[in-house]
Amino acid sequence: MSVRIGVVTFPGSLDDRDAQRAVRLAGAEPVALWHRDQDLHQVDAVVLPGGFSYGDYLRCGAISRFSPVMETIIAQAKVGLPVLGICNGFQILCESHLLPGALTRNDNLHFVCRDQKLRIENTTSAWTNAYVPNAEIVVPLKNGEGGFVADERTLDELEAEGRVVARYLDVNPNGSYRDIAGISNAAGNVVGLMPHPEHAIEPLTGPSTEGLGFFASILKQLVSA
Amino acid sequence: MTLDTVKHATSTPDAEQPWAALGLKADEYARIREILGRRPTGAELAMYSVMWSEHCSYKSSKVHLKQFGEKAPANDAMLVGIGENAGVVDVGQGYAVTFKIESHNHPSYVEPYQGAATGIGGIVRDILAMGARPVAVMDPLRFGAPDHPDTRRVLPGIVAGIGGYGNCLGLPNIGGEVVFDACYQGNPLVNALCVGVMRHEDIHLAQASGPGNKVILYGARTGGDGIGGASILASETFDGSKPTKRPAVQVGDPFQEKLLIECTLELFREQLVSGIQDFGAAGLSCATSELASGGSGGMRVELDNVPLRDNTLSPEEILMSESQERMCAIVEPGKVDRFLEICEKWDVIATVIGEVTDGDRLEIFWHGEQIVDVLPRTVAHDGPVLNRPFARPSWQDALQADVPTAERLKRPAGGDELRAAVLALVGSPNQADKSWITSQYDRYVLGNTVLSTPEDSGMIRIDEDSNLGVAIATDGNGRYAKLDPYTGAQLALAEAYRNVAATGAKPLAVSDCLNFGSPEDPDVMWQFVEATRGLADACQILGTPVTGGNVSLYNQTGTVAIHPTPVVAVLGVIDDVNRRTPIGFAEEGQLVYLLGDTADEFGGSAWTQVAHDHLGGLPPRLDLERERLLAEVLIAGSRDGMVDAAHDLSDGGLIQALAESCLRGGKGARLVVPDGIDPFVLLFSESAGRAVVSVPRSEELRFTEMCGVRGLPATRIGVVDGDAIDLQGEFTLPLAELRAAHTGVIEALLA
Repeated sequence: MSVRIGVVTFPGSLDDRDAQRAVRLAGAEPVALWHRDQDLHQVDAVVLPGGFSYGDYLRCGAISRFSPVMETIIAQAKVGLPVLGICNGFQILCESHLLPGALTRNDNLHFVCRDQKLRIENTTSAWTNAYVPNAEIVVPLKNGEGGFVADERTLDELEAEGRVVARYLDVNPNGSYRDIAGISNAAGNVVGLMPHPEHAIEPLTGPSTEGLGFFASILKQLVSA
Repeated sequence: MTLDTVKHATSTPDAEQPWAALGLKADEYARIREILGRRPTGAELAMYSVMWSEHCSYKSSKVHLKQFGEKAPANDAMLVGIGENAGVVDVGQGYAVTFKIESHNHPSYVEPYQGAATGIGGIVRDILAMGARPVAVMDPLRFGAPDHPDTRRVLPGIVAGIGGYGNCLGLPNIGGEVVFDACYQGNPLVNALCVGVMRHEDIHLAQASGPGNKVILYGARTGGDGIGGASILASETFDGSKPTKRPAVQVGDPFQEKLLIECTLELFREQLVSGIQDFGAAGLSCATSELASGGSGGMRVELDNVPLRDNTLSPEEILMSESQERMCAIVEPGKVDRFLEICEKWDVIATVIGEVTDGDRLEIFWHGEQIVDVLPRTVAHDGPVLNRPFARPSWQDALQADVPTAERLKRPAGGDELRAAVLALVGSPNQADKSWITSQYDRYVLGNTVLSTPEDSGMIRIDEDSNLGVAIATDGNGRYAKLDPYTGAQLALAEAYRNVAATGAKPLAVSDCLNFGSPEDPDVMWQFVEATRGLADACQILGTPVTGGNVSLYNQTGTVAIHPTPVVAVLGVIDDVNRRTPIGFAEEGQLVYLLGDTADEFGGSAWTQVAHDHLGGLPPRLDLERERLLAEVLIAGSRDGMVDAAHDLSDGGLIQALAESCLRGGKGARLVVPDGIDPFVLLFSESAGRAVVSVPRSEELRFTEMCGVRGLPATRIGVVDGDAIDLQGEFTLPLAELRAAHTGVIEALLA
């Protein structure tokens, strides 16, 4: 029985095919999910891919949050469905209040595309358990509104509970508070990440293959469950 | 207010019409009356004026562009040639690739962000209209002096516009150029290239055939943006109660275009489209007349059905609106329902606005009355053709006589001076690192980017199983072309050709964007004639046909034109992208070989610009057979694993290439000046037909034997080693110092 991982396509999703490729290379079966369809088609986990869903009009992720597919995903995530939001997906998870905080315009006011060094600080979440603690990886980062912000109390809480999944090293590319690149919910099944692990899965097209660990993690978790 | 119907026009032959304000000449207006046998209606006048403009009709350039077809080398790879939205090339395994480069120069000066953004939008729709999935974009850019205050306005806006639109479309930006020169002050050049991939059977053409087939307009609503001259008509014809001050530059919505792409590809997949045309310049006028003209019959359009953003638009304005993100499809009646269903799925507005008729006329109705009745060909294709006078400029001889010899321009002598000259060169805005710009573009999306800036060409994998790929490079050098437009255009082609080969791909086809000043100036016209002749001749010899492109004229302020700037894009194919050759020196101990001959050639060179702000003499000599040989060696070297890194030599010469290869790979090089050549000439000359490669020691014999047998000079100049560029007996330049000079330059200028 192969693991089925859904990848949602919203209007304006861009990295959906890339996320599907990553799922496939990790050894799972990618399942295309459509924003208007509430049915998750028996998937075991969901990836919300990068892009500019609904044009990112109003606020990044603000409209997607209300799409039919998100109604189901929000409900399921609250009872344990593993969900990974990458870039725009992270923004949608914050707008959905599955994750705390918000993503704001990069502090340098420019879109930035770079090979970004990260430290994986939480290796117990559904999406990071295949990494060794404090693994340093390089994956692409590409965003215009990737500055993670939250109030001090929330930030302290995230730190105290070990929910800072990934932190920027060397360069903070977008002004994220406390160099936070990714966080998880308290249960560890929902992870939001600004950089793009799905673009670091083949030596030919990525700066490394170190992004594959996110997809290997969910497989490991689901197979052992 | 009387609607200017065909009937009304017939009954009021002497009514005054604003043809001059619409840019038509007296003889052109007379010709329209002759074609129609009456005066045109306002709507017809709008259509003719815009379709017969320089931009749409190529009236000044047409007679010269013909050569690209006439001299086209026999090439089995060409599936669709010049004349369609874009040319299509067979790349094997059943795949076809379409690519095209276009300009959006003038709008980008007026409104940098939107001008550049809609430039990307327009070229992407051209590629889409051929039936292809767009897979990458590139953008060759030229700006005024780097320290001019207006460059600080224009550059960030253009870069943000390209990024804002391209990133949101999900197309990787894999290359281009950034050039500064005072000649582009007030006339920045924003060229945009898109490449798309399809299966052979998916090629679509702009043809409206089959009487009874429906004409469907889909995409964005039509608004008042970009209507330009039509407002003149409106103000002449209608009262003053309408909205005014509409933007002359179109406003883009990349989200809408992304939906349009996915929607259109799904329509193609289900074979619902008989003919298709994108909306570019001249909007509905262009799309309907070109579709009808390309097809078998006539077309009848109900203009009332066009969905509007602004319902006060006049019919003339609707016909001329350049609102973005719109397409027009010809659909069999039985497929209309499914067509509309798919559009609804993607939240794309789609409306049947007319049908193909068995007549031969394009007929357009407004409120039930006929306002257009023309033979579509007379609008789309029978525009004026001019034989503009041209003459070699009186100043050309003096310019060419001002050769940058050692006597004319002081050259650096000795290690210290050479070292300082190297740092000045690699730190000059044109030669410096461009990552402040390129890091604002997404190069990763779609997951098939194998190479991107600063590599010699962009490379995209098109089949994940077979690893088939394509490489594209764009190049142009206005300084060379100013000195000699014939050779300058050929050098642009040669450089792009060399860049594609340097990455291991076999060059196949060409698209060109010809940026010049006013064709009404015989000097400029001569530059244009020489450049097109040079390019056509060189394409013939290299076996790479021109598949399409674009001409941008009137890039001048007052009587001062830009340097003639033919920008050439070359597309190549590579069977296995894993065999690509990058520029970076990454392996210590590998041998550095200089391929080709180096002569004392400094006309138009980067060094003369940086050190002396000088432009004179002749550009480097060009031997196209040598270029072909060099390309063969580079491709074989890549395929057979004899070469691990390769970098073409162009502006800045050998030292610029070495600096980039060392910085990219993070390794230094120990170099020796070969006997019989002056170190300055070795480092800074811009002789064509050269490349620098790094060869694993185990492959040295095989590689040098191959070069020897084929007759390509290959000189061993050093070894990849250490963390400095060390030129024996002359200077040592640590990479850290080199990097410090080479990076941060653009951001410092804009700060």
